[in-house]
Amino acid sequence: MDGTINLLLEKYSHSRRDSLIPILQEIQEEVGYLSEEAIVKVGNHLNIPTSKIYGLATFYNQFRFEPKGKYHIQVCHGTACHLFGAIRIIDIIERKLKVKAGQTTRNGKFSLEIVPCIGACAQAPVISVNGEYHSNLTEDHLGQVLIDLNGE
Amino acid sequence: MQFNIEVNNRVIEARKGETILSTLYRNGIKVPTLCNMKDLSPTGACRICVVEVEGKENLITSCSYPVEESMRIKTHSPRVVKARKTLVELLLSNHPDDCLYCERNGCCELQDLAIDLNIRERRISGKKSRHKLDLSSPSIIRDPAKCILCGRCVRVCDEIQSVSTLDFLNRGSKTLIGTAMARDLNFSSCINCGRCVMVCPTGALHEHGYMDEVLDSLNNSSLNVIVQYGPAVTVSLAEEFGIKPGKDINGLINAALRKIGFKYIFDTAFAADVVVMETVETLMQKLESNDGFPVISSCCPAWIKYAEQFYPDALPLISTCKSPQQVLGSIIKSYFASEQGINPNSIYSVSIMPCLAKKFEAQREEMTHKTISDVDVVLTTREFSRLIQLYGIDMHNIEPQTPDSPFGVRSSASKLFGASGGTTEAILRTLHFKMTGKEMSSMKYQELRMVNGVKEVAVKIGGKEINIVIANGLTGIRNLMEGILNKTINAHFIEIMACPGGCVNGGGQPFKSDDKDVKARMRTLYDIDDIDSLKVSHKNPLVIDLYEKYLDKEGSDKAKRQLHTCYSKRDVLL
Ligand code: SF4
Ligand code: FES
Ligand code: FES
Repeated sequence: MDGTINLLLEKYSHSRRDSLIPILQEIQEEVGYLSEEAIVKVGNHLNIPTSKIYGLATFYNQFRFEPKGKYHIQVCHGTACHLFGAIRIIDIIERKLKVKAGQTTRNGKFSLEIVPCIGACAQAPVISVNGEYHSNLTEDHLGQVLIDLNGE
Repeated sequence: MQFNIEVNNRVIEARKGETILSTLYRNGIKVPTLCNMKDLSPTGACRICVVEVEGKENLITSCSYPVEESMRIKTHSPRVVKARKTLVELLLSNHPDDCLYCERNGCCELQDLAIDLNIRERRISGKKSRHKLDLSSPSIIRDPAKCILCGRCVRVCDEIQSVSTLDFLNRGSKTLIGTAMARDLNFSSCINCGRCVMVCPTGALHEHGYMDEVLDSLNNSSLNVIVQYGPAVTVSLAEEFGIKPGKDINGLINAALRKIGFKYIFDTAFAADVVVMETVETLMQKLESNDGFPVISSCCPAWIKYAEQFYPDALPLISTCKSPQQVLGSIIKSYFASEQGINPNSIYSVSIMPCLAKKFEAQREEMTHKTISDVDVVLTTREFSRLIQLYGIDMHNIEPQTPDSPFGVRSSASKLFGASGGTTEAILRTLHFKMTGKEMSSMKYQELRMVNGVKEVAVKIGGKEINIVIANGLTGIRNLMEGILNKTINAHFIEIMACPGGCVNGGGQPFKSDDKDVKARMRTLYDIDDIDSLKVSHKNPLVIDLYEKYLDKEGSDKAKRQLHTCYSKRDVLL
């Protein structure tokens, strides 16, 4: 990971503050999340205090600060899914898996992310686990999905 | 350029380029503000300062809007007052409302606004903000539930102190102030200077208080509770008791401390004299070999932590001499304890300081040897005033007393430690004597006084030019440090104080004081020096005694062991 970030920063060798967001996006793309180390490196590179980078990154939902879990669960919170009970779904997942949005469970098995519309409004509410969609979710259905994942 | 505008049907004079708010203030018209900070660029975040300007549809934030010719302004029209009131009601809607138990009860700007705007009921109620207290730092407690997101702390930390520990995290209703990676303060780059505490309008940032610890120890008859107080405390405490700013109440402080029940009372200024002796010794040695300059001052623990984080390469330049607080703490538990036949383990050493970083300093690992800490606990000037209240002592009706021997005499040079430039002045007086064998004819170094920011000064001692830099507040610190490290700034001695103006303006001093009060405190220190007959540290008979009986001579092995310390690089997120 060390090398990845260094390589990436080399590309931005003459950049200034305005490239902060693209740099962070690219790191997240490559590494999956913004580690403390990444934030420190970017800070040194652009000469920006880490508090400012962290402040800016937390402003946007897209950034995460922990590596993804083995199962990365994305819950859609677009308008349609919201109307069909996305909040309830988030709530259940948070409780059952003991994980908070944006975080990863201690054992590294699950991570939870809340995302804007993922384009399956007709089948709301929708979640995706490692890219695989589970649509028209009922509470029972969700419960089963979680049990299956947990069992593995 | 000047022109007239009309405010509340009165014509007043405005200056081109200033904000509406500045014009109003200059003309004695009061408008409430929250996020606005003197000398810093406006952000317009809180909107409390809104006024109505004829011809403009929306209310305008006076702190960020420039005055324009022939403006007609209403500062307290029904529309304006209603808007302000609603804003404050919104701020209060999720506020914890535990004012009675709040650190800032009675000196809270939110409370004041609610009173001024006649808010008498909760009209808007929101979900109470619930956040964990951050108790990790020995100096500063963060209570995010009381934060109104004015951003003042973020801005002093960035713009005045160049530390940038804090920023806004998250957004919308989840916004809060926090550190990089949301670490607890004690694991962040915070230097504990407490400037954020001084500007926070509410109780969201306040000092880590240790009153209970002090009370417990006072009530514990097996302990010898000893107290010291810093030079800048005697010229500020009076304000807490309604006495005019700048009054020196040193004698009353001794009397009050004795009433409270402290067994021995010492003035930290005595130890400042010792610090002068040790620092001058270091300078003399370096002058002899003409090598190893500059020597950078070590009295300010906030500056020390700053250097340990941001400029580890400069650590070898910092004087190894402990600060006066730690020096006194150390000799109390060694020399004094053995003179008195007291077991150092039974001494509880309290220090009253104008400073929040001193709380951190007392807990530094380097300040404890074989489980005995130089200083056990540090109270601020503010906590001290509460202690006095608690014991029901009437400061208007007690007789002044003197501190205890064997540290009962101080030079007036040591008092100057309380103001930026003062440490240097005290050191130069003794350096002059050591270099030339003669006392200075006039003791004053006017050019070292009332410095604002960073100043380079050259003085002549016995034909030799000694170069000095004085810095207070950390605004210009980066340039200064770069200059030192790449040798474009060549000085013999550099004094750095984290607080603008020095300790008279420390983070533990009374709230609600302004520049004028701080200047008054400073002036009093210089006045004390004017009338005192013992103006130099090296003539303090008790300091001479201490060296004769215990420390041997300046820079001796014993002095090194007792009075000196070391610094090391700190790993925090910068
Ligand atoms: S300048 Fe004085 S009050 Fe301020 S942090 Fe330093 S030692 Fe404390
Ligand atoms: S709102 Fe959920 S898929 Fe569009
Ligand atoms: S004081 Fe003007 S917007 Fe806050």
